[in-house]
Amino acid sequence: MDKRLEERLFKILMIVSLGIVVGSLFMVIAVIIWNGAPSLSISMMTQTPKGGYYLGKEGGILNAIMGSLYLAFGSVILALIISLPAALSLQKDYIGKTRLAYYIRLSLDVLWGTPSIVYGAFGFIVMLYFGMRASLMGGIIVLTILQLPIMIRSMEEVIKLVPYELKEASYTLGATRFETTSGVVIRQALPGIFTAVILAFGRGIGDAASVLFTAGYTDSLPRSLFDPVASLPLAVFFQLGTPFPEVQQRAYASALILLIIVLTLSIVSRYLSRKFTKNIIR
Amino acid sequence: MFSRKLKDIIAGRLMLAAAVLSSMLVIIIAVALYLRAKPILDVKSIAELLLGSTWMPFQGEFGFFPFILGTLYVTLIAMVIAVPLSILSAIYLAEYAHENVRTKVLPVIDLLAGIPPVVYGVWGVLAVVPVISYIAPVIGNLGIPFLTVKGYSTGYSMLAGGIVLAIMVFPIIISISEQVLRAVPFDMREASLSLGATRWQTIKHAVIRIAYPGIAAAIILGFSRAIGETMAVLMVVGNVPNIPSSVFDSAYPLTALIANNYGEMMSIPLYDSALLLAALILMLVILFFTVAARLILIRIERRMAHG
Repeated sequence: MDKRLEERLFKILMIVSLGIVVGSLFMVIAVIIWNGAPSLSISMMTQTPKGGYYLGKEGGILNAIMGSLYLAFGSVILALIISLPAALSLQKDYIGKTRLAYYIRLSLDVLWGTPSIVYGAFGFIVMLYFGMRASLMGGIIVLTILQLPIMIRSMEEVIKLVPYELKEASYTLGATRFETTSGVVIRQALPGIFTAVILAFGRGIGDAASVLFTAGYTDSLPRSLFDPVASLPLAVFFQLGTPFPEVQQRAYASALILLIIVLTLSIVSRYLSRKFTKNIIR
Repeated sequence: MFSRKLKDIIAGRLMLAAAVLSSMLVIIIAVALYLRAKPILDVKSIAELLLGSTWMPFQGEFGFFPFILGTLYVTLIAMVIAVPLSILSAIYLAEYAHENVRTKVLPVIDLLAGIPPVVYGVWGVLAVVPVISYIAPVIGNLGIPFLTVKGYSTGYSMLAGGIVLAIMVFPIIISISEQVLRAVPFDMREASLSLGATRWQTIKHAVIRIAYPGIAAAIILGFSRAIGETMAVLMVVGNVPNIPSSVFDSAYPLTALIANNYGEMMSIPLYDSALLLAALILMLVILFFTVAARLILIRIERRMAHG
């Protein structure tokens, strides 16, 4: 084949491929909006399911929206408390260059790739062992485990970007490693840490397979950490599973709510991290 | 002075403990799953479980074969769709696209990665399943192997699962391959271009040959993501435990098996053991693939760091 022709042919193929990939994103969003928007209403977002809701009667999915927010906030806070120090200890001032750090990173990568259904099954075993039943607490713990590798690995990436000269300046002034880390490194890496938190929050609020086993589902708002709790992804799943078109319509609307939350989060985080980065020394 | 030093040491220890404990979760999860899977491994051989094709928990029959096949087929269909599209997109972004285009398209692809699986599932039910149920009888009657239809198709099929999964793994394969391609040193391209090769020839003979291990790693990571995906697949794949012979047949992947049956698994002897064994198998397969892919990527990173 003529080499110019081959070049042109492959270039067209590449553009078509990229078009399909980007187009599929817009198609997913468009289909969800198209089907979800008509049955989206204020009452859906402000009421809990009333009697007969799953047969198409009155009510909303406030239980699932609040449940998901509780789950996602609870787990993100717990995960942040564990993952920030863990990510900081992977700096080269600490264990960053050692064999140990190599294995820690590898095993976190494995955890990142582990499917959420496996976390769900693991959480279920642990809860059985301690005699707990499906609850907000169980869901938060499993989501925390799910978010840990995401947070540690992405925070580590941004912490690595803090210029070493800055740390040296701090060391020269007599600061200890801890003082340098808490005073200089964290402040410099703050936008990146924030982005990592949002990424993990999005993963947490959207995951269904892990909370299916551990958080349960209920039509009421949770009153304590040990009550079962509903979540948006499961609300979508269960409503879609009913044979009634009205309820399925609400599943589409619930999916739209979930999609809006997740897309807003990722767009806001991108905007904020760009804004914060202006004040960061590179 | 003393207290500052002490604070530094204590903080260092705590940070290390957080890192070590988090990474130990791999072992903790694997051991916990193994301990719960042990009762069934004690009474049945691994071969019997993996290759048996009868699944009747009430009779104590636990053959995983149809489910393993379901997982493999759906994942393979996804890869057949996703790999060429993703690699071609990655090559375009890394080699041809203007910087402006690249920095606008990559974040959009990132957005794709952030959409929850359930949303993809709903999209599959609304957009993919109906289209398949419409075209299946047309294609099914042509008599092409693997594309046959017995009677009619509901659309809930391996093909639907494969399409939904393919879209979910696009971002993984594209973002990693794109980085790997851009990491290929520029002098390799210059050498080829100066000999009169076209851009595409340069990519085909020089760039891809160097980037090949990294692209393989990207594909492996996409593959393991697809194997473990649960909700989106569960919603569109039909969940019928048969041995599928066509892409229009339903299948029942391992992940869907676990998710659908956890509720009743405590009431039948050995049932919970069997399901947790399925989770353990999934985890080990993914562990193997992830480690392989990461080792390749770490080597590439080191080679880059050393120039």
